[in-house]
Amino acid sequence: MEQNYWNGFVTGHWQEEIDVRDFIQKNYKEYTGDSTFLAGATARTTALMDKVQALFKEERKRGGVLDIDTETVTSLTSYAPGYLDKENELIVGLQTDEPLKRGVNPFGGIRMARQACAAYGYKLSEKIEEEFHYRTTHNDGVFRAYTEEMRLARRSHVITGLPDAYGRGRIIGDYRRVALYGVDRLIAEKKKDKVKLGEEDFTTAKIRLTEELHRQISFLGHLKEMAAMYGFDISQPAKNAKEAIQWTYFAYLAAIKEQNGAAMSLGRVATFFDIYIERDIQNGILTEETAQELFDDFVMKLRLARHLRTPEYNALFGGDPMWITEAVGGMGEDGRTLVTKSSFRILNTLYTLGSSPEPNLTVLWSEQLPEGFKKFCAKVSVDTDSIQYENDDIMRPIHGDDYAIACCVSAMTIGKQMQFFGARCNLAKLLLIAINGGYDTTSDIHIGPQLPVLEGKTLNFDAVMKRYKIYISWMAHLYVNTMNVIHYMHDKYAYEKIQMALHDTEVERLMAFGIAGLSVVADSLSAIKFAQVTPIKDDNGFIVDFKTVGEFPKFGNDDDRVDLLAKDMTQLFITELRKTPTYRKAVHTLSVLTITSNVMYGKNTGSTPDGRKAAEPFAPGANPMHNREENGALASLNSVAKLSYDDCRDGISNTFSITPETLGKTDEQRVDNLVNILDGYFAKKAHHINVNVLNRETLIKAYENPEEYPNLTIRVSGYAVNFNKLSREQQREVISRTFHETI
Amino acid sequence: MTGRVHSIQSLGTVDGPGVRFVVFLQGCPLRCKCCHNPDTWAVDGGTTYTAEDIVEKAGRYRDYFGKEGGITLSGGEPLLQSDFVREVFTLCREKGIHTCLDTSGCIFNNAVEELLAVTDRVLLDIKYTEEELYRENVGCSLQSVLDFLAYLDAQNIPTTLRQVIIPTVNDTEENIVNLKTIAKQHPCVDMVELLPFRKICQTKYDAMGLGFPFGEKEEPTADTMKALNTLLQR
Repeated sequence: MEQNYWNGFVTGHWQEEIDVRDFIQKNYKEYTGDSTFLAGATARTTALMDKVQALFKEERKRGGVLDIDTETVTSLTSYAPGYLDKENELIVGLQTDEPLKRGVNPFGGIRMARQACAAYGYKLSEKIEEEFHYRTTHNDGVFRAYTEEMRLARRSHVITGLPDAYGRGRIIGDYRRVALYGVDRLIAEKKKDKVKLGEEDFTTAKIRLTEELHRQISFLGHLKEMAAMYGFDISQPAKNAKEAIQWTYFAYLAAIKEQNGAAMSLGRVATFFDIYIERDIQNGILTEETAQELFDDFVMKLRLARHLRTPEYNALFGGDPMWITEAVGGMGEDGRTLVTKSSFRILNTLYTLGSSPEPNLTVLWSEQLPEGFKKFCAKVSVDTDSIQYENDDIMRPIHGDDYAIACCVSAMTIGKQMQFFGARCNLAKLLLIAINGGYDTTSDIHIGPQLPVLEGKTLNFDAVMKRYKIYISWMAHLYVNTMNVIHYMHDKYAYEKIQMALHDTEVERLMAFGIAGLSVVADSLSAIKFAQVTPIKDDNGFIVDFKTVGEFPKFGNDDDRVDLLAKDMTQLFITELRKTPTYRKAVHTLSVLTITSNVMYGKNTGSTPDGRKAAEPFAPGANPMHNREENGALASLNSVAKLSYDDCRDGISNTFSITPETLGKTDEQRVDNLVNILDGYFAKKAHHINVNVLNRETLIKAYENPEEYPNLTIRVSGYAVNFNKLSREQQREVISRTFHETI
Repeated sequence: MTGRVHSIQSLGTVDGPGVRFVVFLQGCPLRCKCCHNPDTWAVDGGTTYTAEDIVEKAGRYRDYFGKEGGITLSGGEPLLQSDFVREVFTLCREKGIHTCLDTSGCIFNNAVEELLAVTDRVLLDIKYTEEELYRENVGCSLQSVLDFLAYLDAQNIPTTLRQVIIPTVNDTEENIVNLKTIAKQHPCVDMVELLPFRKICQTKYDAMGLGFPFGEKEEPTADTMKALNTLLQR
């Protein structure tokens, strides 16, 4: 019977066990040509996209949220089927019964749900309030276990953005499994695992996993029901490309109906779909035009995905993002490229549907990528500013060739690794707390070891480092413990049933810590080391400002004297983190990524020795501080490339903005130069880069006349946003960033 | 051997082929009325670097050069420091880094000859195609530049002719025709580039307390540049 679904596919281990990678490796057809084969948008697609644009316009008009269903708690089957245009759409399924209408998801915390409704002029229904009155949410659980010190760390904002009141996200289900195997087979495999588990010593960990398996199996059932409501039976494998995309999308849709996770990433589906598309084209079922239509419809649905979040959340993670990250391209372990025609097709949606921040298209770059694909990617960057690049050559040796990116820069092997997301620690603020002996002047909170304020007319580098290390060690311990509480409670009260059902039963867990303010710290330490930094005290004897005299090297100029201070800082922090054991034996990882929270982190941090004044924004991610780069763009890239991926396995984000004129004289030269820049940057073992090719003037115009730039997309820090969806403050920060330009 | 450097740009894409590491040298004997870098004029300013320093720095960017890129020495007028440039280029060539010289071609001597022997490409800034305009607005002769070009021809060094287009001065059809004639007469010229006159340098003049001689001129419109380029290609 299975023969019908899998007809024409090369057989292999993938039939014996759940092994999507094996299926891909045995069946995909690499494509090494250029983009000339691509088809444009059909009239049908354009008409459908016009409807989507009209909905976006209405959403903007209503303050960013089109509608909220305040009566229903979101789940896989709690809404009637919703359509964009039932007659004409090729791929169906919406989160609620109407496009852009948001559901409420109080499982992370009822307060967040209530506030989010209120912020947009809605009121959470009595029914839901009542129901959750008797229910423990993730947020309730966390605060039952938080220690006083954890609360203080949170209140002082030395750690900010922790997923203790919202869904942690950053988990990528292997949504492709539903298409390849059908839900019944997945249920059968999970049941087998459960039986096997029962035969082992039933420790706490095994009992927990057994209960989780029970919940996974139950939600696989709900997934089938959800699809049935739309008139599809997904118990069996997909028979053609259209079904493969539909089945996969249903699985993803189930995940975003169930979870309001911070980042709900998609994985790596394009080359998987390509196998079905190639088969259909050969069988005369599809043409290039209709194949593109399938991608267009799929991507259109992804662009309609929404979660309901509070304004406070948006202040950290601006632009209403979902982080529907799709990893495109990369190389296989056998040396063949994983680029297929469908890698081009999914990027081509930025032309057929116009530029857009979502899905978060992420090119896995390798020196070995086919030239035609490299050039097409560069062209897409120059034209749309909508894609980002990550170094396949440094990730593949760690994660194999079937990994994807969660959120912005977090690599994980699909279906085999998951992540416990952990926001970030403000290292610049921690430096100030250390100098002040455990007092945070911004929040007026005493926290950490209580020591005297650092002595001396000017700051001594060795004394500062000795003091800083004490606080880094203290912070690392507190940070791991805090994360352990959060993820214990998230597993207990907001377990990701459908996403984990689409993982192997035994998964490797990563615990992702983060840091903010790295370039501020590096430049501050450099100032202390190479210039004269005189602390300025307030009436209570606490240091509140600094007077810095003399020259000092600044991060972003390819100067080892300061660049290595930054590198050593990441190494020191991850080494300290590793000293405290993690929940479920997760592997400690570290990211240098801020998303748009660099504005908020800066706001909560006093003046720093590098000359940055209190409340001024940090640079995003691992970026050098604004306008301190004196030797041009490549020097800046070289500085960031010195941060080691071995220390920062959860990613090192760099956002690069360059004017078109600086990139080259003609479009063709710009494309060629960008390819060379990417090749050069990644040859230096750098991890990630966002590329914006635009003029500051464009952003200023969009800031002043937003209605004239409804679709202006820019890369910020690991993701892309619609410029107009950022707060005014975030917009100003983006405008103030370094734009590499030459005269 | 040391040289005086005005500034370094790690990403240059407009001064020679591909992605280039561009070193702007300090000091220039000319006083072009359209000059956009008056801060490079003084021969005693700048930061001192050894040739090895420069080559070590350039080497850090090799990964970005691709097949076409390399190093460009510009100015100021690099021919004022020909020995230094020669040493930089010699070391670069040893490392397989493509060398490009951006010059006005107004100086010629033995040191320049030796420098050109290790130069892979010259960007020759031919300011005008009329002797009178040179006299009026530059401070050297067109003939010396044409002699320089003849030498490049004899040495068979690939050359890009470049000219800044300034409205009311050289934005004429006649000028473009002359430029084409010069290019045609010299087989070493494989490319001609027209650059629009820009006035963002006004702030530099202001900061230095100097008047910008062409400060009253307009910048050419995109249409003008397009029309002249079309004429050039025809």
